[in-house]
This record gives sequence, structure tokens and C-alpha cells, in this order.
Amino acid sequence: MAELTELDAVELRDRLASGELSSVELTRAYLDRIAAEDGAVGAYLHVEGRAALQRAGEIDTARLAGEELGPLAGLPVALKDVFVTEGVPTTSGSKILEGWRPPYDATVAGRLKDAGTVLLGKTNMDEFAMGSSTENSAYRVTRNPWDLARIPGGSSGGSSAAVAGGLAPWALGTDTGGSIRQPAAVTGLVGHKPTYGSVSRYGLIAFSSSLDQAGPMARTVLDAAVLHEAIGGHDPRDSTSIDAPLPPLAECARRGATGDLKGLRVGVVRELGGEGHTDGYEEGVLARVAEAVQLMEGMGAEVREVSCPSFDLALPAYYLIAPSEASSNLARFEGMRFGIRVADDGAHDLDEVMALTREQGFGPEVKRRIILGTYALSAGYYDAYYGQAQKVRTLITRDFTSAFEDVDVLVSPVTPTVAFPLGTRVDDPLAMYAADLCTLPASLAGLPAISVPCGLSEGLPVGLQIMAPALADDRCYSLAAAVEAALDSARGSRFLDQLTTAGGAA
Amino acid sequence: MSTPPANAALGREDIAHLARLSRLALTEDELDRFAGQLGAVLDAVAQVGKADVADVDPTTHAVPLTNVLRADVATPSLPRDVVLAGAPAAEDDRFRVPRILGEE
Repeated sequence: MAELTELDAVELRDRLASGELSSVELTRAYLDRIAAEDGAVGAYLHVEGRAALQRAGEIDTARLAGEELGPLAGLPVALKDVFVTEGVPTTSGSKILEGWRPPYDATVAGRLKDAGTVLLGKTNMDEFAMGSSTENSAYRVTRNPWDLARIPGGSSGGSSAAVAGGLAPWALGTDTGGSIRQPAAVTGLVGHKPTYGSVSRYGLIAFSSSLDQAGPMARTVLDAAVLHEAIGGHDPRDSTSIDAPLPPLAECARRGATGDLKGLRVGVVRELGGEGHTDGYEEGVLARVAEAVQLMEGMGAEVREVSCPSFDLALPAYYLIAPSEASSNLARFEGMRFGIRVADDGAHDLDEVMALTREQGFGPEVKRRIILGTYALSAGYYDAYYGQAQKVRTLITRDFTSAFEDVDVLVSPVTPTVAFPLGTRVDDPLAMYAADLCTLPASLAGLPAISVPCGLSEGLPVGLQIMAPALADDRCYSLAAAVEAALDSARGSRFLDQLTTAGGAA
Repeated sequence: MSTPPANAALGREDIAHLARLSRLALTEDELDRFAGQLGAVLDAVAQVGKADVADVDPTTHAVPLTNVLRADVATPSLPRDVVLAGAPAAEDDRFRVPRILGEE
């Protein structure tokens, strides 16, 4: 019989609901695995050991008493450390917030609490979500459970390593330029970046406000859809929140798994790994994605190539817009109201204390982006850099709009390579940024995009990206479920079962 | 204006100036390192200048929303002691900050 920590979240939910499994038993199974494995994996920054067991016990008691419980009652969950959690340490991967215990919950953290979940802990991340390998964390290295010498992706690399490594049944991440999809791809998970504005940003420590979006990271498409439904929907406390109901995502995932794609029009984006655009892409990645596209065709989809010429400029536009917004957002970390303060010895005035606190509290990538953003927003350079990048953003949105006149979804690789070895890109910002090449267009246009595993290359997971028009997140889930079901059926097991049998960390 | 200014490279002095503007007390070593790294990044991002953007409006936000208002009703805020508990220094129920003005 499979270990509890290998089961899908939906299966666990059903066992909890029927009473055949207690939340204490399940939570303890996860805490035991974390105690045994997380020293090597490094997924967590903080583990809620006793508090998690206490909450699990309260839920079990309430269930026995016949009280009405939330839809996910008793299910453990892990949160990326970018979400503020009342009374639970929250750092955003930065020394500048070391020791801070927020006085309130992010909306999504509150919704998960209301749904009855048990918080296992907070997961590691690149500092302020800036990075694609989690190596920019100020605290620890996180390793990929498929190969401990490789990166788990980033910035939500603690969440990806936790779920792939069986240290959480599922987790939340955030995606600004690919930080859910890329770590999901390189660890063999399903990760979805929702339509911008469809999941609340309230209580999410801001990196780039016009791009940041929270979303699920899970073992299966259905799990991801169920977690997404628990956190999504309008929030009056986020003024960019869309006041529209979510599509029925879990239902679409279930229906999608039946595999009938007749009439679905799929566009393969030439600029993301297609002809003339293969520089930097690994052959194994392109091959797995091409096979997934053939698979869709076999299930009845109409496939055609689509050209989106402006996508070539997504990377430069993103690396102007995101640092510009970050340089402004991170001004709030000045050592006065929360976090650390240094050199407050009477000899230094306010400006000096702020500058010394920020010098000590921020790591190199954060400093680089603050400086680049400050430059791009400076008088004399604004039009050529930030302003120009915003216009390129419009061109990218237009390319999507015109593509979606002819197709229902667009597909591409999630990232050009499989997980790269730790340490190989950390001192070369441009090489690190290249990991985001395929995920940036949907981020800039605010569109939903999912990463679903589509095979292995050199024994490491490859992710297929499915992008859809705004608010059509259901199309991502539905097609991803079809691909997942077809591949699982051909393989005879779930994607992550390969990791268990390969004798990795899980 | 769509072409980046000529000689837009970021030198050591520029980095030092930008660091002062953004309240970062960078070390000498960081100034050297960042000058090289950011020079390369700036060359890459300057590619946006290649786009033909005549008559293209900028996108500030993926979802166009305007004037999101709420009812003008006072709602409770966080308790003062809870907020101050997270501050690096507090005194007399307020944030304590270093002096703002010099001696002269």
C-alpha cells in the first residue's frame, strides 16, 4: 500500500471526510517525513510542528462531534514564505524581515484556514521572489528531489521541492515572471499561474505589483484545480481583484481527463522553441513538448503553428518593468516599522540607518534590481526604458489577442532546459533570466498559464506550458488533464511515481 | 523617444549615485561587481528600443480597472500594540526612529 505522503490531495481529502483517516495521523506523517528528509532537501524555512498537530487535533475533534467543516478540513498545506501569516514567521526569503511575525493573514492564507487546511510551514524562495533557482534565498539552499545536485527552480523552489519530495501534499507559490510554472516544470509538478487579478494579492509581499499572482502547485491537475478553487475569487481588499466568479476548475479537470479534444484549436508558438528560435533550448525538452503536441492531435485537437513576433522582446521588457516596480515596492523596507534595523547607535541619522539596514538586509540580486529599476525610472531614461517596455507589453498583448482569434490555447515548453546544476548561473544574471524565456509573455499579458509534466529528458522532468485567454483558466486545466491522463495511462502510473521508484528523496 | 541614449552604460559612478538615491550603502566591492553585471543586463534590456512602437499606448496593468472605490466607512485597523510588537524599536506607543536632522 502506498505511503500516506504519496497520495494525491483529493484522495486524502476523501479519506479524511469519510473518517477513515485522521488529520493528526496525516499531519504527523508529513511532519515525520519533513524531520527525516528536509535536512537534505531544504524546502522549508519554518515548520509549524506543534501548532500543526494542535490544529489537526481540533479538526478531528470537531469532525467527531459532527460539526460542519470546511471543504479541505484536515488537509495539510505549505505556503511560500511570501504570504504573510498571522503569528507565523514570514521573511520573503530576506534577512531584512528576519524574525518578523506578521499581525495578519494574507487573504489566500485566510481562505485556506477557513477551508480547514493545516499549515505545515513556510517554504523557501528566492529573496523577494527574484530568481529562478531559489539560490537567491538569504537562508538556505533548496535541492531538487529528482537530483539533489540540481536546482528546484524558483522563485517558488521551496514549494516545488516540498511537494515533489513528499514533504507536503500541495503548496501555494507565486508567479511574477514564471515562478510557479518553472519550478513546477523542473520538479515534475502541475503549477498554474491564474489570470492576473483572479486570486487576491492582499497580504502577498509585493515584488512587481502589475505581475504578481498566487497559484497552486500540486501533484496532479485535479489537485491543482481544487486548491485554486479554494483561494480564488474576488477580494475587496485587493483593488486589482477581478469581480467575476471563477470557472468550475475541478469539474473541467475531471472532464478534461476523459481525453476528447475534438474541435480544440491548439497553437504552437514559433517564437518559444520553434523553427529559428531554438537557441538555448535543449533537444530533449523540445522533443517531449513535440510529442505532447502529437498526443493532443491524436486526441482530436487541431494543431497549427502560430507566430507571436513580439515575444522576442518579452525578456528585455520584463527585466525593465519588474525591477522598476520592485525598486518602488521595496522602498517600504527601511528598518523603521518591521524587520531588522542596524547602526541605530545615535551616531547615524535616519538616512544612514536606512541605507545601512538595506545594505545588510538585502542580497545581491535584490540590490541589482533596485539599482536597475531606479535607473529605468530616472528622468531622462524613463521613456527609453520603462516607457518603452510598457509599450512592448502592449505589443505582446496584441500578439496574444490576434493568436486567440484563431486558436483556443497556445502551447510551448515551460523553460528551455531541465533543472540545471546548483551554482552554475547564480553569478550570471542574464543566464538565470533565460530560464524565464517562455513564461514571461503570459505574465506580461496577465493571462492564465499552466505547467504540466510531459516526460523526462536525461531522467529529469520536462514541463508543457498551456496558455489561455484572460479568465479562461478552465481551458488550461482541461487540456492539462487530458495530457496528464493520456501520459499516465501510457505509463501505467502517475508522473511522480517515477521519482519514488527511481529512489530519489521521495 | 524609442532609442536608448548613446553611451547609456552603467559605470561605477552611476551605480554609486543610484545606490545613494535608493538608500543602499553599497561596499566598494559591490560597486565593482555590479558595474560589470548591470552593464551586461542593461545591454540586454535595451533591446526594447528595437520595437516599433509608433502609436502604441503603454500598458501599465494587464487588467484595465479604473476608480475602484469602497464605501467611505471607517473599519477597524490593527491594534497599535500588535503593530509595534513587530517594529525594530518602539517608544511611548510610537515607532522610535533615529534623528532626522543633523547638528547644525
